[in-house]
Amino acid sequence: MLTMSLMKDIKLGGSIRLMPKPSSPAKEHLLVARHVTKSFGTFVANDDVNFTLGAGELHALLGENGAGKSTFVKMIYGLLQPDSGGFEWQGRPVHISNPQQARAMGIGMVFQHFSLFDSLTVAENIELALPETMNREQLRTLIRTRSDDYGIPLDPDSMVADLSVGQQQRVEIVRCLLQDPSLLIMDEPTSVLTPQETDQLFDVLRRLASSGCAVLFISHKLDEIKKLTSRATILRGGRNVAEVETAEKTTHQMAELMVGETVDAVKSGTGPVNGEVLFSVTALSREAHGPFDVPLEAISFAARSGEILGIAGIAGNGQDELMSALSGEWRGQQKGVIWVGQTDVSQLGPQHRRHHKICFIPEERNGHAAVPQMRLSENALLTGFQDDGMVKAGMVKQQAILSRAELISVTFDVRRPLADPHAAALSGGNLQKFVVGREIIKQPRVLIVAQPTWGVDVGAATFIRQTMIELAAAGSAVVVISQDLEEIFAISNRIAVLSAGRLSEPQPAAQMTSQAVGLLMGGVHLSDDIDSLRAEGG
Amino acid sequence: MIDELLLTVLLTSVPLILAATGELVAEKSGVLNLGVEGMMLMGAVAAFGAALVSGSPYLGIISGGLAGIATAAVFALFTLGLATNQVATGLALTIFGTGLSGLIGAPLVGQAIEGLPEFHIAVLAQIPVLGAAFKLDIMAYGCILMVSLTAWFLASTRAGLILRSVGVNHDSAHALGYPVLVIRSLAVLFGGFMAGLGGAYLPLVLTPHWAEGMTAGRGWIALALVVFASWRPWRLVAGAILFGGVTIMQLAGQAKGWTIPPQFLSMLPYLATIFVLVFISSRGRNYFGAPAHLGRVFHPTR
Repeated sequence: MLTMSLMKDIKLGGSIRLMPKPSSPAKEHLLVARHVTKSFGTFVANDDVNFTLGAGELHALLGENGAGKSTFVKMIYGLLQPDSGGFEWQGRPVHISNPQQARAMGIGMVFQHFSLFDSLTVAENIELALPETMNREQLRTLIRTRSDDYGIPLDPDSMVADLSVGQQQRVEIVRCLLQDPSLLIMDEPTSVLTPQETDQLFDVLRRLASSGCAVLFISHKLDEIKKLTSRATILRGGRNVAEVETAEKTTHQMAELMVGETVDAVKSGTGPVNGEVLFSVTALSREAHGPFDVPLEAISFAARSGEILGIAGIAGNGQDELMSALSGEWRGQQKGVIWVGQTDVSQLGPQHRRHHKICFIPEERNGHAAVPQMRLSENALLTGFQDDGMVKAGMVKQQAILSRAELISVTFDVRRPLADPHAAALSGGNLQKFVVGREIIKQPRVLIVAQPTWGVDVGAATFIRQTMIELAAAGSAVVVISQDLEEIFAISNRIAVLSAGRLSEPQPAAQMTSQAVGLLMGGVHLSDDIDSLRAEGG
Repeated sequence: MIDELLLTVLLTSVPLILAATGELVAEKSGVLNLGVEGMMLMGAVAAFGAALVSGSPYLGIISGGLAGIATAAVFALFTLGLATNQVATGLALTIFGTGLSGLIGAPLVGQAIEGLPEFHIAVLAQIPVLGAAFKLDIMAYGCILMVSLTAWFLASTRAGLILRSVGVNHDSAHALGYPVLVIRSLAVLFGGFMAGLGGAYLPLVLTPHWAEGMTAGRGWIALALVVFASWRPWRLVAGAILFGGVTIMQLAGQAKGWTIPPQFLSMLPYLATIFVLVFISSRGRNYFGAPAHLGRVFHPTR
């Protein structure tokens, strides 16, 4: 086996040797999928998918949420079995019945939501994924040397919960690499990384590919796919609709293949605005309450009428803490910290803050923004019961809440299986449209929203962004906390960056580059540095 | 006098250690089994019955353990096989075990058996006061062995690591290809075995007859003990001796006419557990060994 011997070279040499590799598509197919079909009940997740992957190839699997990407790779990794059709591995038909078998064959996978164990150490996490071949001491040494070799150093004794998301991903990668894979599957690996961390990851993946390990890279970020991979397979509605050379297609063309229709760009607002300040925060600080909390340090910003203020940053830099402080779920001792117009709301809980025409949409739609086990009408009631007509003399007016849910669903194009289903019955994108619509329909003066389009397909995301832009255009102030840089740049008038609990000075979006934001994400805080960054990047 | 008191404290703590060690393993795998009291009672009545019929207390030990396994199997079938709520099922198991053991034991009331003999360990048993720890029976020595094995298994073996990983995050364990439900079933059955042994200790050593509900809340103390020990086997032994001591103080106090109400003393183990819980939650749970997926139902879909 060619790839294995290459990987052994690496092991013996103790460091990576870059093997020159012709860039033309490999003659020998590493993995072939023939007519793979998989359904869940009546839902066909994969419909007659054909696919080939060459050894050492960097290949992208592209598609919207629900297009069947995850189902497909889970079958390659043995977590699911196809209903019909099958796979060939290195020229031989195989039945991959479980992940252990996939790993033994040389297939490694890094999951989108990491399959790590928070309260175990790095070494324990890695041991769990390896066959029992060495004792713990040898394993710890191996983790140190191999992770150093790949330029992603790891301490085997640190607790996973104490690592940053980027470091946790390294644990996943090293865990796969220790098995000397011939194929590494990565499920949306960059969604949690800074631009710089993404570049580092791409370097590692390129080195891997040049040493003979194929990489199957799942993403819906088209820029990255163009940057990293040579070929892309595009799935839509469970079918393989196209296989393209990424160099020959524009991102726009690929997006259209992915969505299956023409994609409208978001019509963005017009630069900075000088409306009155509707919402302001002055020196908001919060201590860490638990070992995984991020303390907030003197956060200050103001949002004006007519603008969208984007707060960028990678998960785990204080977004959750900031959101709960802004919504009033967490309240400090100080007064005069959070203002709606001229009113100090620092000591008010979420319900009382809503009286001041400020609305909140938290990140997690299941269980935080909406109660999955409750009907849409009841969920509409939960944040809207101070509004006219929904509650009279302490009694819920059934007719009023039903028509409110109906109004939200129609206005915001929420596709439902029933007139008033349980929230859990909606797909992620539709539920997100519902929770966003539920707040926007109240025409708040201030809207604070975290991750408005997380895990939502392109069509719904465009729609949600457009409604936020329209809300701002109508004179409200919108604060968007998001990890999605593309989104931040697409909709914001001004951009600030949250890093390690500190917020950078908001800057007009036109003057920010993704490089500057990336550096701020990495913890450059001094505002006088920004000018030089701007000059550099702009 | 003091060594006798110490001996009684040690004897009282043995069933707590046995049952709590089993529950610790089950909880480490992510299953909260509130049916410890019921499993102990089933173990107690089976042990007493077997010892009475056969005349051998050693057969009683085995039969107590097996009865515990059988009772735990009912729990495993419901919570793991049918994915029912663990808290509700555990409470039901306690009620079920209490009732069924009473029914089985009804004809046994009023009879007596020959308990387990003591084994004095040469020289060591002669040590003043501390010698009490070496005048125990085979189950008491065995329980320390079980704790050592459990501590070693969880910390140092690969199988132990896999068991812990299932309790920390069953989705990740599933994604890595570990059979979550099989591992949990085995852990629950081990929990039942140990609870059955804990129950068996009561008629075989402490009071050589059967009385309905004779565990008198020891199953609940064992549950509290696991939390008190923050899921660490050796702390559990210390906690059991402490809780056993409190139980004995209550009896000794009554005999000496202390003015502390016995109800206050019997409340102490739970009070101590609440303090430990407050302490844990003020420091964040991951560092205290509480399995993150404790009590969460696992659905092996997708």
